Amino acid sequence: MDVLYFAWVRERIGLPREKVQTDAATVADLVAELRLREDRYDIAFSDLSSLRVAVDQELADFDTPLAGVREVAFFPPMTGG
Amino acid sequence: MQVSVQEDPFDLGAVSAAFASGHKDMGAIVTFTGIVRDLPDDPLQAMEIEHYPGMTEAALRQMAETAIERFSLGDALVIHRYGRLTPGEMIMMVATAARHRKDAFEAAEFLMDYLKSRAPFWKREITDKGAEWVASKDEDEDALARW
Repeated sequence: MDVLYFAWVRERIGLPREKVQTDAATVADLVAELRLREDRYDIAFSDLSSLRVAVDQELADFDTPLAGVREVAFFPPMTGG
Repeated sequence: MQVSVQEDPFDLGAVSAAFASGHKDMGAIVTFTGIVRDLPDDPLQAMEIEHYPGMTEAALRQMAETAIERFSLGDALVIHRYGRLTPGEMIMMVATAARHRKDAFEAAEFLMDYLKSRAPFWKREITDKGAEWVASKDEDEDALARW
């Protein structure tokens, strides 16, 4: 699936998007997998309360299942307007 | 309904006039415009706005559709810019058309409250001291509770 990062999440991880091969059942499982990869992921995902997630471009929770999902995005709380 | 996510500036007068002219049965048009505000103690060089192409447009359309339904609007418009903006520039606008002013005002506030914390935009302020992502405010999240 495609995993996208925005704002300071993108800066900490160092790239805007990547393809990830995963069997993770939920968003939280995917986060746990990514954190094991490298320190930059571990640091970016260290405080989930400061992160928001979108699954196939809809705001979602961290316990959202990933079966059939094509795109997951991680970002800080939004500051539009 | 019109939704636009764009880098280019928009012409507030022309957009407002065009929006207002199309609705003979609507007695009230409300427009709100957001401006990049300078910082009193730490002059702002620029504000950079990042967004999530695809999701942004879908989220704004959904908000506008909800507002039209909920406040019985004749029409709604949302324009939001991204990229690098300087103080005094217009960031975004909403316009609402309703039969009476109460619905038009409330729908504009509803759209603004949702835009603040449910549309995937992120602002970064560039000052002499460096660049900093704007933190979300609890009050913006709290503002959604009244709807």
